[in-house]
Amino acid sequence: MTISAQPQAALAPQAFKSDYKPVWCPGCGDYSVLSSLTKAFALLELQPERIAVVSGIGCSSRIPAYTTCYGFHGVHGRALAAATGLKLARPELTVIAAGGDGDGYSIGGNHFLHACRRNVDMTYVVMDNHVYGMTKGQPSPTTEPDWDSKLSPGGTGMRAFNPLVIALAAGANFIARAFAGDPNTTAALIAEAISAPGFSFVEVLSPCVTFRPEQRDWKQMVRAAPVQWTDDAARAARRLMTDDGMNIGVLYKGSRAAYRTHVAKTSKRPADLEEEFRI
Amino acid sequence: MSPARKKTTTRRTPARRPARRTAPPKKGAAVQLRLVAATVAAQSAPPIKDVAGLMAYAYALEAEASERYSEFADAMESHNNREVAELFRKLARIENMHAEHILEEMGWTHPPAPPTGGWRWEGLEGPETADYTDLHYLMQPYHALQIALHNEKRAEAFFKELVQKTPSGKVRTAAKQMADEETEHVRLVEEWLKRTPKPESDWAHDPDPPRWSD
Ligand SMILES: Cc1ncc(C[n+]2csc(CCOP(=O)(O)OP(=O)(O)O)c2C)c(N)n1
Ligand code: SF4
Ligand SMILES: [Mg+2]
Repeated sequence: MTISAQPQAALAPQAFKSDYKPVWCPGCGDYSVLSSLTKAFALLELQPERIAVVSGIGCSSRIPAYTTCYGFHGVHGRALAAATGLKLARPELTVIAAGGDGDGYSIGGNHFLHACRRNVDMTYVVMDNHVYGMTKGQPSPTTEPDWDSKLSPGGTGMRAFNPLVIALAAGANFIARAFAGDPNTTAALIAEAISAPGFSFVEVLSPCVTFRPEQRDWKQMVRAAPVQWTDDAARAARRLMTDDGMNIGVLYKGSRAAYRTHVAKTSKRPADLEEEFRI
Repeated sequence: MSPARKKTTTRRTPARRPARRTAPPKKGAAVQLRLVAATVAAQSAPPIKDVAGLMAYAYALEAEASERYSEFADAMESHNNREVAELFRKLARIENMHAEHILEEMGWTHPPAPPTGGWRWEGLEGPETADYTDLHYLMQPYHALQIALHNEKRAEAFFKELVQKTPSGKVRTAAKQMADEETEHVRLVEEWLKRTPKPESDWAHDPDPPRWSD
């Protein structure tokens, strides 16, 4: 793809969808998240060659292939590491990291903390279905402690991870919760997240109809957040600690400036560095 | 990813064993396609000033429905449920025809732009747009038609509400015409459903289920 400096006509969401047809289970919430993502790109009048979608591994992490943007379907849990490097090397690109709760909070949990802390200007979309969908239904960090299955008889008994509180404590600059069953609101939230400076985190409740069929009921359980977002981290923390995980909307917007590299341009070429490291 | 992709839509007895999951247990939740409205957004009918405004809404509603049915057809095709894929493809074509007809009637060469702030629907999306989570890989044509009927009824209610709430004579007349058209669509889908075999109670039984714990 070549990047044109000319202003280009606004594209329809469909222009951001590739010819690859998703292989997600019929009914999976991730179809809707794909639709929201492409709607958000169209809303912001972006061009596919100015966007990179970076993921790890999981059903949800297949998402880059279904877009016409640059994509990187990387290593399990490492979407944020790859996305951070990419954004710092190519700051002109709109960088989206995307994946699941297993990818982002389990194996990728450490990267999640530091991505929030670093506050690099990018957007992280997590399709949270409280389960490892791709590997056939193991509990994830966001699984309820009493979720009973053959793989976790009687439930794990472990307290569920609260990604929004963790993101806030670690320094994310924009925090929102969305619901896959509401693609238009989700598109608007993703668009707002992309427009916000720094590290934006959008947790999307995205039902896994195969391993968590009861999540079809989420559409009766979610509600618009009863209060406006706050820029007061202490107030946001109290709200996020006490909500039941079903409030939809922007929940926190901070004012930290996005991280930028301060390193002056080096005169060294990669070959010089190789020379320095030669054993 | 479920192994459903490799399978055809074979159905067998005995009936599926209920899966174990956390409280509250929803019996057969996996096999029920419950067409219920979401609770997140509840807005009233959009403010419409003129006939062009009304027809723009009518166009958006049909176009969105067509796009969604196409996506459903693709999903079903990926999972080898060809019969239902074909039916969704047909529904997509029908809705697209309705949308094209509106463009033609209005003499529009391009789809109408959404109003500032976007289309305002009573639910989460247009009233004829099916919910992504209403699909099941083993669903049958009857289920697909139930979805279509649910959507046509919602579209009918949408235009009927506009008739009730619109003061202007011309918009009201056009809304009444649209409501009558939707009533006719409801009747057609009901007829179609009558000609379509009802699924057996164990339609969702999968001899090789994706959930190995089943
Ligand atoms: C290093 C490594 N460890 C484990 C796996 C196996 N694995 C693949 S996907 C996955 C979990 C995916 O869960 P999630 O991120 O929630 O995605 P979902 O499928 O639910 O969308 C695991 C453990 C792997 N691919 N690589
Ligand atoms: S297994 Fe679950 S998360 Fe994966 S595609 Fe199927 S429904 Fe979606
Ligand atoms: Mg998951």
